[in-house]
Amino acid sequence: MLTLALALIASPAFAATIEITIDRLVFSPANIQAKVGDTIEWTNKDVIAHTATVKGGWDVMIPAKSKGKVTLKAAGTADYFCRFHPNMKGHVEVAP
Amino acid sequence: MFMRSTAALAALFFVSTAPLALAAEKPTDPQIAHIAYTAGTLDIEAAKLAIKKSKNKEVVDFAKDMERDHEAVNKQALDLVKKLKVTPEDNDTSKALAKAAKEEDAKLAKLKGAAFDKAYIENEVAYHKQVNGALETLLIPSASNAELKDLLETGLKIFRGHQQHAEHVAGMLK
Repeated sequence: MLTLALALIASPAFAATIEITIDRLVFSPANIQAKVGDTIEWTNKDVIAHTATVKGGWDVMIPAKSKGKVTLKAAGTADYFCRFHPNMKGHVEVAP
Repeated sequence: MFMRSTAALAALFFVSTAPLALAAEKPTDPQIAHIAYTAGTLDIEAAKLAIKKSKNKEVVDFAKDMERDHEAVNKQALDLVKKLKVTPEDNDTSKALAKAAKEEDAKLAKLKGAAFDKAYIENEVAYHKQVNGALETLLIPSASNAELKDLLETGLKIFRGHQQHAEHVAGMLK
């Protein structure tokens, strides 16, 4: 009963969109917290293409001067990186 | 003119040992644009060769990254010089870069398989190190137009990523 009540209080009425900017090969913010059902949207300010890729998970193309997004389907933590520039790294914590 | 180009060349290849030459002689914006564009074009040509010759996925993926990024940056550079009405000016540094790339290309053309992969990636590490050093110590400080300087700084961020990526792939090939 208590768990259910807390869950009801904690669940948002609508899924949120979390914005991440890519500028000069940096994901900003690099660490985010989200919930299942939320969408992450990356805005790429660079003149070169990037990806947001999780090994064995999502692989989002983010073209130059454009956007890319993913809707989070599972809870857990994910480290993602850019396949084209493996030094670019980000981290997402997804709550159920 | 000869002195200036020689100093630029010295700076490009012996970055750490030529700080005095840097202070005294600096390339002009039309020359900087030409050097930056040439450096990009040469890396695209090397990438095309690697895409054609290599059978190693990491190497081919890296080469495709080089081709994609340098084409994008060079397009920006072309758009900028057009906007600024600057005509890139050939110079001894660009010529030296082209000559060195031609020699490297001839060397790579004779290699196959793992030997090719190793030589290509090692040259990519060295090449990006050289060009990044030149950007940092000579080209960026010498650029007088703010937009050109900004593009070079963006380029440096990208090319540092390339250098680290190349070093990573080189480590995997060992």
